[in-house]
Amino acid sequence: MIVFSVNGKRVDLDIDPSTPLLWVIREQLGLTGTKYGCGMAQCGACTVHINGEAVRSCVAPVSRAAGKSVTTIEGLSPDLSNPLQRAWLEEDVPQCGYCQSGQLMSAAVLLRGKPQPTDEDIDEAMTGNICRCGTYPRIRRAIHRAAELASSGGAR
Amino acid sequence: MKAAKTIERREFLKVSIAASGGLLIGFHLPGMATLASAQHSTTAFMPNAFVRIGADEKITVIVNHSEMGQGVYTSLPMLLADELDADWSRVGFESAPVDPKYNHPAFGIQMTGGSSSVWSGLQQFRQAGAAARAMLVAAAAQQWNVDPSTCRTQSGTVINAGNRKLTYGQLASAAAKLTPPEHVQLKDPKDFKLIGKPLKRLDTPEKLNGQAVFGIDVKLPGMLTAVVARPPIFGAKMKSFDDTRARSTPGVRKIVAVPSGVAVIADTFWQAKVARDVLRIDWDEGGMADFDTSRMMQDFRERAKTPGTSVRKDGDFDAALSSAAKKVEAVYEVPYLSHLMMEPLNCVVDLRPDSCELWTGTQFQTIDRANAAKIAGLPAEKVQIHTTFLGGGFGRRANPASDFVIEAMHIAKAAGAPIKVMWTREDDMNGGWYRPAFLHAIEGGVDASGNASCWRSRLVGQSIMAGTPFAAMIKGKAYDPSSVEGVDDLPYAIPNITVESHQAEIGVPVQWWRSVGHSHTAFAVECFVDELAALAQKDPYQFRRQLLKEKPRHLGVLDLAAQKAGWDKPLPKGMGRGIAVHFAFESYLAHVAEVSVEDSKVRVHRMVCAVDCGEYVNPNIIKAQLESGAIFGASAALYQELTFEKGRLQQTNFHTFPVMRINECPEIDSYIVESKEKAGGIGEPGVPCAAPAIANAIFAATGKRIRRLPIRMSEAV
Amino acid sequence: MKQRYTMLWIIPAMSMACFLVWDILPFPVAAAEPSIAANKDNDNGALFAAFVSVLRNPRCMNCHSTGDFPRQGDDGHRHTMNVRRGPSGFGVTAEKCNTCHQDHNLAGPHLPPGAPGWRLPPPSMPMIWQGLTDAQICVSIKDPKQNRGRNLDQLVEHLTEDKLLLWAWNPGEGRTPIPMPHDEFSAKVKAWQAAGAPCPAM
Repeated sequence: MIVFSVNGKRVDLDIDPSTPLLWVIREQLGLTGTKYGCGMAQCGACTVHINGEAVRSCVAPVSRAAGKSVTTIEGLSPDLSNPLQRAWLEEDVPQCGYCQSGQLMSAAVLLRGKPQPTDEDIDEAMTGNICRCGTYPRIRRAIHRAAELASSGGAR
Repeated sequence: MKAAKTIERREFLKVSIAASGGLLIGFHLPGMATLASAQHSTTAFMPNAFVRIGADEKITVIVNHSEMGQGVYTSLPMLLADELDADWSRVGFESAPVDPKYNHPAFGIQMTGGSSSVWSGLQQFRQAGAAARAMLVAAAAQQWNVDPSTCRTQSGTVINAGNRKLTYGQLASAAAKLTPPEHVQLKDPKDFKLIGKPLKRLDTPEKLNGQAVFGIDVKLPGMLTAVVARPPIFGAKMKSFDDTRARSTPGVRKIVAVPSGVAVIADTFWQAKVARDVLRIDWDEGGMADFDTSRMMQDFRERAKTPGTSVRKDGDFDAALSSAAKKVEAVYEVPYLSHLMMEPLNCVVDLRPDSCELWTGTQFQTIDRANAAKIAGLPAEKVQIHTTFLGGGFGRRANPASDFVIEAMHIAKAAGAPIKVMWTREDDMNGGWYRPAFLHAIEGGVDASGNASCWRSRLVGQSIMAGTPFAAMIKGKAYDPSSVEGVDDLPYAIPNITVESHQAEIGVPVQWWRSVGHSHTAFAVECFVDELAALAQKDPYQFRRQLLKEKPRHLGVLDLAAQKAGWDKPLPKGMGRGIAVHFAFESYLAHVAEVSVEDSKVRVHRMVCAVDCGEYVNPNIIKAQLESGAIFGASAALYQELTFEKGRLQQTNFHTFPVMRINECPEIDSYIVESKEKAGGIGEPGVPCAAPAIANAIFAATGKRIRRLPIRMSEAV
Repeated sequence: MKQRYTMLWIIPAMSMACFLVWDILPFPVAAAEPSIAANKDNDNGALFAAFVSVLRNPRCMNCHSTGDFPRQGDDGHRHTMNVRRGPSGFGVTAEKCNTCHQDHNLAGPHLPPGAPGWRLPPPSMPMIWQGLTDAQICVSIKDPKQNRGRNLDQLVEHLTEDKLLLWAWNPGEGRTPIPMPHDEFSAKVKAWQAAGAPCPAM
């Protein structure tokens, strides 16, 4: 039995501990906002937080989450009030949208560590997240904008 | 001339597809009644197939094109909502079911491709909105007992001369009882409130909190998941398999042979994949077991030395070449490419004895339904496809053979339960239907005064259309038009032009890949124009201007890109600027790229894109597509190549088939030419110029030519 | 001291607490260590040379190379995805080592390798060997100012028992392990230790 929390809710699972966390989140827990893109930590579409740190859930065995707190895109802020989501709306970032859960989850960890990130900070945090549609210029702008929104206490 | 040709092409496609035989005829059976709206409340007003207005004021636009990132769930509703005078904040979208009502007006089937959604939907969606508006006005006028012409509409309300108001929601049930008008008056473009505005996309919110449903996210009660072991070599056949180990892994329900390989059906994806990976399969490797791309390109080079099928012949190339003051020859090569959508292929099927439903991200609803119905042994109208969001398409999900749908149907038959078939990234990359590899051998010359006098292009590569239901499109021509598009219409004023095509027959399935033939023709053509400019000792921008004097729309984008890029401004040492211009999908594109080359590493610093896509709907989405196209094209130019050795694909995942990442992404500036011309495409035209602009910039920076993609400085000449 | 050393290593790599403890409590510098000056005895220096090939192997060198980033492969190419050393050697914000790497290797070619404590040396003591002579490497690994304050016993334990280093003998599918058997390596390190850890002539 593996016990952990997902988006604040306790989860008890009787499951092969080597199963990648991604598939547990998507198939057992039905939280499909976290995406599969490569299965080998190459693309970042599956990024979630474990105890606040970015983790590629496609290569992390579910055992790694035991006793820890997992946050998925569904837990970031369902009402889109997170500064990142607001900035993503302002910049109209997504195209197909498939990678954006992972982009947002990585960006959230970036902003926590660097509340006013430089372009270099963005490159160092976000290069593991691929976007095939090419939304990178907007992601960059949106991260800067989210930093502004967060620092102005959410005032528009 | 251009317009006539454009129409000819569109008509050609329509007629040819319709003529392509039994496959599509079955679709036009009467009696389709599975509209998405059928179950909706009777108070909802559905004047036509494209819009539904509820008593709750919600306006739902039913979109017959697939949303794969290009923005059709916003741009098409804008067209309708503008004519309807709807309150934009109440407008939503829904994907259309498969129904002939939703056929592409130009192509005759329900599909998304050819960068055609907006231009083909322009009239359709505007008329649907105007018709709905007329009925709402009539309903209000009836209620007020006034002449409808004394009423006006504004933001979801009908207002009469006495300033009384009724909302569309209040009028919905009354309007539903009226007969749709035969003719409607469309707005004068000066009265547009939405069209032409940089509105935000309607589908963004649900893409930011995990709520958007892609094919991979669909889950049905009792659904099982399948993963398939497919042949390691194209054309290989399964001889036998040993599933002893696979059967003993947890969760496995069934392991069955299907025409495409061996399917493992399990409770979950991970269980199916684990079991699939321990299957032991004996393959009959077939005729492609020796296939090798480096040998293939060597064969292409040999073929290019001989004359091919004539595509275009202006003047006398041979005579002009022999009298040219200076000549240059170049061979350009591009590899097979994977579409590499972020969401790998998948398909959910619920097959019942008398009907069937599919959930998938497809670009080819009509064809997929026909193929699914054949496997199910059901009439097409008993098969419905729910089009989900597509996690990227780029042409791969418009498969002429419906490969991922047909396979799922076979597995559904064996599963005896609703089934989701999932492809891993490796499966997707290994699954074929690539952008074909191509070789362009070009020779040309300039006269004594530095004017380009002759050009001959010989292309060698596989046809996309041959062997598909679209083969009808190439009937009557000895070459595949999609192989030569972008070079057959070479726009430069060169008196002697010869274009010849060699069609290669190779057992690698190929398909349209974002911008199709233009993805390679623009590279070869625009790099060679640059070579001619250098031969003539002229500035590559001015050289193009001179040759495009009679092409105002080419000139318009070329000048805009050059001006915005500051073409004449000096760059630091080690950096260079390159320019390219191209016409594709009824739009004109120019790129200027700025690159540096250091230790043989190419870095693209900036790309300036200018487009003339005629009348446009949403400049925000157009700019996004220009950014997208530039990055897509640059990714291919800088990093991407599929190669085969002993019949086996050498690339498997993002580590061997890289995509540009954010730290490599240039600054991209996009500009739109204001134009009253007919609307053109935008999803694909942004791709072709990226590679030649970058390659030409490398020449400007280093004096070395790139003639093969992906770019490797070690191969520069 | 020994106990704290062990404890630090068993703290799971993903724990943030680990970074903090690590940064705040560097190993104390023992006063009675052998001189860091190079031993001039060439014969004794050969004891170090006997195992330095292990340190120069890409499995080790890829994290002890120049630049503020890890390397990959037998060719020592720069780690993809713009991965950086970061303030404590564990990576940067959303691209930490354990964003992708586990405490064990994952099955399958090209999947991220892993071991407990997967990381680079911290920027304060980056322990870069690339471009150094054998003698310089020898001096640097013994220097408590460069080796996180390890005395010789701790250094030898690190070299021979640390799970992160042991990974180099079992680096996962598709990666070449250290060719010298681990037993032989340990024996050579201990022989060097027994001789007073002499370094080759500078």
